[in-house]
Amino acid sequence: MVELLQETTTKGHQYEEETCLGQETQAMDIRLNSELFTLTYGALVTQLCKDYENDEEVNKQLDKMGYNIGVRLIEDFLARSSIGRCQDFRETADVISKVAFKMYLGITPSVTNWSPAGDELSLILESNPLVDFVELPDNHSSLVYSNLLCGVLRGALEMVQMAVDVKFAQDTLRGDNVTEIRMKFIKRIEENLPAGDE
Amino acid sequence: MADEALFQFLHNEVIQYIYKSSEHGEMENGRCITKLENMGFRVGQGLIERFTKDTARFKDELDVMKFICKDFWTSVFKKQIDNLRTNHQGIYVLQDNKFRLLTQLSAGKQYLEHAPKYLAFTCGLVRGGLSNLGVKSIVTAEVSVMPACKFQVMIQKM
Repeated sequence: MVELLQETTTKGHQYEEETCLGQETQAMDIRLNSELFTLTYGALVTQLCKDYENDEEVNKQLDKMGYNIGVRLIEDFLARSSIGRCQDFRETADVISKVAFKMYLGITPSVTNWSPAGDELSLILESNPLVDFVELPDNHSSLVYSNLLCGVLRGALEMVQMAVDVKFAQDTLRGDNVTEIRMKFIKRIEENLPAGDE
Repeated sequence: MADEALFQFLHNEVIQYIYKSSEHGEMENGRCITKLENMGFRVGQGLIERFTKDTARFKDELDVMKFICKDFWTSVFKKQIDNLRTNHQGIYVLQDNKFRLLTQLSAGKQYLEHAPKYLAFTCGLVRGGLSNLGVKSIVTAEVSVMPACKFQVMIQKM
């Protein structure tokens, strides 16, 4: 890295210009960036808990915000992954777990517990990056901390014409062994319904 | 990993949330900016803690600022600060010619009045990072032509 020191005078103040030039960026720990997201998410949940009286309201807000993110994220995802149209719900679930989750959160949940009709499944997350450094205090036992994820999935899938219901069935923050997201296919959406922010 | 995109989506949604529940007006705008800045502050504190776990002690204030400009900025925004200026009396100006959180907003002067919303969190981030490195400061930002912007750091003597 080369540093140049030059004297420049601006408006009577003497500023020394320190130009930081880097030949290449250092090999930073890429993990740090996911921590930015995790910490920001934590700050958001904290803010929501301050703004709303009860956990149910916070859960709802997180879901709404997740939805708004999801409807935009899907475009980003499709642009990055160049995945074509999925043939059925099973394929959709596979893409979500093996491509989308991996791409954005660096984890690959397993897809299990399919209903006999093939319209409902579980995503099991061994680890959940959103909850690094997080502990739920006793007075927030009904908070679904990672509820943003449910909204994101719902919003994203709506943009590809699928109405789904998504919720957390198990949560390590609330004492369960794993984190389980249960996703149910409701119906196919007609193409001409406009999307809107909630 | 496209985590940068994910953070940007979240950041934008946080801004929408903070502003949606308020009315228009100078007072409210100021309150929203403060809320965003405070959130950034907490995140900055946490981030810098994780980040500098194994780093050697900083020689002086300038060293700290260079760290922010190079390592910290690269980790958070995937690029360094383009230009650092100082009067060696506690004022530093960090210039980012292509600030990541503004590139999506506009290139030029459109939506200029909304730019501060997109800078508040980052101001807090810097202030929080500096705070946990033992440097008390006030951080503000100004934009004239997006996506370039300048962050001004005023060191407060404790």
